[in-house]
Amino acid sequence: MTGDHHVILRVVAKVLIPIIALYGFYVHFHGEYSPGGGFQAGVILAVAVILYSLIFGIGQTMQAVTPGFARGLAAFGFLLYTAVGFAALMLGGNFLDYDALVDEPPGGHIGQHAGIIIIELGVLFAVAGSMVAIFYAFAGRVTEIRDEDW
Amino acid sequence: MSNLDGSLAVDLLSVTLLALLFVIAIAMATLRSLFAIVMLSGIYSLITATWFVVVDALDVAFTEASVGAGITTVLFLAAMLLTSRRAKAEHGAAKIVPLLLVIAVGAVLVYASIDLPGFGDPNSPANTHIGTEYLVRTKPEIGIPNVVTAVLASYRGFDTLGEVGVVFAAGLSVTLLLGFGERALSASVRQGRDKKPQEPQKPEETE
Repeated sequence: MTGDHHVILRVVAKVLIPIIALYGFYVHFHGEYSPGGGFQAGVILAVAVILYSLIFGIGQTMQAVTPGFARGLAAFGFLLYTAVGFAALMLGGNFLDYDALVDEPPGGHIGQHAGIIIIELGVLFAVAGSMVAIFYAFAGRVTEIRDEDW
Repeated sequence: MSNLDGSLAVDLLSVTLLALLFVIAIAMATLRSLFAIVMLSGIYSLITATWFVVVDALDVAFTEASVGAGITTVLFLAAMLLTSRRAKAEHGAAKIVPLLLVIAVGAVLVYASIDLPGFGDPNSPANTHIGTEYLVRTKPEIGIPNVVTAVLASYRGFDTLGEVGVVFAAGLSVTLLLGFGERALSASVRQGRDKKPQEPQKPEETE
């Protein structure tokens, strides 16, 4: 943490990072109605974490979002996606057949909606976790990104 | 975009954006400073995303903007920190052969593109068989307005599962190859335990 010549950057980032994270969730939950979905949302959430670490230092970021948590999140997302597939299988449908998830009259779309939101959530976790883990793997090798490096 | 009267404006926009892409690609090929090349690749992705918007491929534009311009640039920067700041200049055959190869492949691609159907042609194979099928069936079967999401998440859910597996495997491989990044964490924890934070030490140049 050198002098305070980055003070504007820090203040602006502090305001922007929550908005970026919120926008990521908007992109995810609005993916059925507008462009976007779990993949883009995951990348946006990862970018919020990475932006924080670029400005406030990777050490602080790793204490908030630990590398183990990032890796676990990636694995959990992949498992969540697979679990939806097997849940549909257990409930009598085909693998990833979301109609089998909810018992509803023909023509109902609750099962499809729920299935899509959950698997997209799995995509979001897997992508966000993987991206942060990849960034940590690269950036974690230098203890601090100094000003001269830019 | 597509509401503009006549396609001339859209055509002009496309030509301008593609010309910008061409200029940036040439600049990236000639530059030697890795930092400038990384920044230009981010700009390249951003302009590509803009062009995707012009041709009404919004989902692809979104992905290109967030992945290409956002995270790839940051990852390139992080990777750049681990290597030297300038690329070595090529000499002799290493300079000429790639140029000839690129020109030859480009010529083949341009020749092949003559056979492609026109942009937005309603009679093209993509718009007559499976594409229309999805457009017709999404509303009664899935019940969501965004057909792209319906295809990605429901009709082709198994493919998307594979893609997520690829992303996960990529993250896992990079962390396994480069280490888990805990070195910085332990260093900062050690630094915080000291009474006074030391001057940031120079990281070792070589690993």
